[in-house]
Amino acid sequence: MAAAAARWNHVWVGTETGILKGVNLQRKQAANFTAGGQPRREEAVSALCWGTGGETQMLVGCADRTVKHFSTEDGIFQGQRHCPGGEGMFRGLAQADGTLITCVDSGILRVWHDKDKDTSSDPVRLPCPDGWGRWAGLLELRVGPGVCRMRQDPAHPHVVATGGKENALKIWDLQGSEEPVFRAKNVRNDWLDLRVPIWDQDIQFLPGSQKLVTCTGYHQVRVYDPASPQRRPVLETTYGEYPLTAMTLTPGGNSVIVGNTHGQLAEIDLRQGRLLGCLKGLAGSVRGLQCHPSKPLLASCGLDRVLRIHRIQNPRGLEHKVYLKSQLNCLLLSGRDNWEDEPQEPQEPNKVPLEDTETDELWASLEAAAKRKLSGLEQPQGALQTRRRKKKRPGSTSP
Amino acid sequence: MAKAGDKSSSSGKKSLKRKAAAEELQEAAGAGDGATENGVQPPKAAAFPPGFSISEIKNKQRRHLMFTRWKQQQRKEKLAAKKKLKKEREALGDKAPPKPVPKTIDNQRVYDETTVDPNDEEVAYDEATDEFASYFNKQTSPKILITTSDRPHGRTVRLCEQLSTVIPNSHVYYRRGLALKKIIPQCIARDFTDLIVINEDRKTPNGLILSHLPNGPTAHFKMSSVRLRKEIKRRGKDPTEHIPEIILNNFTTRLGHSIGRMFASLFPHNPQFIGRQVATFHNQRDYIFFRFHRSEKKVGIQELGPRFTLKLRSLQKGTFDSKYGEYEWVHKPREMDTSRRKFHL
Repeated sequence: MAAAAARWNHVWVGTETGILKGVNLQRKQAANFTAGGQPRREEAVSALCWGTGGETQMLVGCADRTVKHFSTEDGIFQGQRHCPGGEGMFRGLAQADGTLITCVDSGILRVWHDKDKDTSSDPVRLPCPDGWGRWAGLLELRVGPGVCRMRQDPAHPHVVATGGKENALKIWDLQGSEEPVFRAKNVRNDWLDLRVPIWDQDIQFLPGSQKLVTCTGYHQVRVYDPASPQRRPVLETTYGEYPLTAMTLTPGGNSVIVGNTHGQLAEIDLRQGRLLGCLKGLAGSVRGLQCHPSKPLLASCGLDRVLRIHRIQNPRGLEHKVYLKSQLNCLLLSGRDNWEDEPQEPQEPNKVPLEDTETDELWASLEAAAKRKLSGLEQPQGALQTRRRKKKRPGSTSP
Repeated sequence: MAKAGDKSSSSGKKSLKRKAAAEELQEAAGAGDGATENGVQPPKAAAFPPGFSISEIKNKQRRHLMFTRWKQQQRKEKLAAKKKLKKEREALGDKAPPKPVPKTIDNQRVYDETTVDPNDEEVAYDEATDEFASYFNKQTSPKILITTSDRPHGRTVRLCEQLSTVIPNSHVYYRRGLALKKIIPQCIARDFTDLIVINEDRKTPNGLILSHLPNGPTAHFKMSSVRLRKEIKRRGKDPTEHIPEIILNNFTTRLGHSIGRMFASLFPHNPQFIGRQVATFHNQRDYIFFRFHRSEKKVGIQELGPRFTLKLRSLQKGTFDSKYGEYEWVHKPREMDTSRRKFHL
């Protein structure tokens, strides 16, 4: 039942215990999905992203360096692949043209072929004459240690951005050269002439332009513009006193919502750098944030084990709150529009008329056989009338 | 005359008895006034506008008088109602309906959705594999470091000493102005499992930081009502070296479970019942009361040891790092304390 109804889940949440939870907000139900049947802490979900084919498939990155394929239509894990290389958890997972892009904590960014789903691919390393270290069909980049986030540009799937602790923001073009396309420069020394430390925790690409927004562990929100000659941030604002851990863009495109380690959520306008408003409710560190692409809804999850859906405008407030018993690491919000237009019951009403037409055909063949056998004994009109009566009663099965 | 007039006019709500009493007083006082005040005065139904209340009388003394009179009457009525109810109960005997349970804030507590169900497998797995798993699997035994904020005064020092007698295998060290972030790696190297820091303000201890060591959560509490041993009345002799039994009361929610496990991991597994000593952490309305008792044959239970009350301010994942650490739960007064019947532990 849970597996069949998996397609109607609105939010998918990954937890620290390795369970993938699908939450249906209409019916207010949450379902657990595990690859092995039992939760395992080694499989803690650290990254989630949509797979090929819209929102029918999902890629789940686990702490034991495996990427699992999950089908949202059927609600089962379809396969997994082991992605070795580097150390640490997955900090970014993306999918482009049949390839899988992963980035880990120690800074190894790899592109894998999606064909070898079930094999742990350890392919043959073919040394290239120009020394790029490019494997047959794979790409490896060293991004720098201490990566906190790798994000793919939704408009250009082969462009990714990475950033981390003491690891400045870099934009990489996977089809281009091994050098980053854009490397951000640190801001000027502060008023005490001390170097400002760098800790990019989350990155988002702004739609409609080449700009990027980052939020840092030193409670700053910065906008970078690779199109401008300035490598320093174009806009910088601060919010709060605690590290900002997650960020998402709002449907309008002019503001972002950030969350920090104290559970404070704030909406910041990027045109002026002003604080537009805050959202209440979270008690623990915010780990995942996502806005719906068209509706003014925000899904947030964190270490306090609760998934919350807030409404961002008119009026701003909490819509749904779901207690999910494990600490939540990341989430994916379904971007589909028809949240309310779901069938209230699963596909059963469709099955009964189907069975009826089958049985009707059965009766028709039997009656035809009977007619042939007893030619003239039965009135053909009577038989036709009984058949029509059966067709008119859709709910009943024929005896 | 004027007095009588006033009293009768404003006694629209009073019983006739009251008025008669007033009139008697009048007779006693104004002996010469004679004819009109005979006690046969017809009660003037005071024509008050409806909705008149005593608080609208402008004269303070008069208003006070009216109020006390009203209050006495209310008390009388209440007493009469109680007596009547008692009589009815006695008359019914066994058939009397059970006494209604009075509403208390604890009765009326808003149901918390995070209350742990003992049969829940997911929560059981979460608890079995959390940071305290090595203690509950009996792989490590606790070793506690107790220290204070810098330059502690007498009360705090004595509290630390008394705590170290209550908690087995604990060591008190003077802080010497060292940073906690530097103390913690040294503790881990010396196999300490927990760090307790007692914060002091204006010569009294007012805060407690409890950090589970290898990489465990850090809880920050507000401490109040600290009573040292000599301030406890009718106490017993000093605690012995026996390992006490632990009682954790009323930690029902998921957060409560985490805190309860944190307290449990301070004490060794094997309580020595010979010592008859018990340490109790009782949670009521989000306040945790710590008591230490010993049971005696003749006397019953005697309280030993220090006594204090804790209130959780925040639970941080990881060892002490208040600026950059991630918090599992932070107490936010303006969001969480809006209802008097909602508790979090």
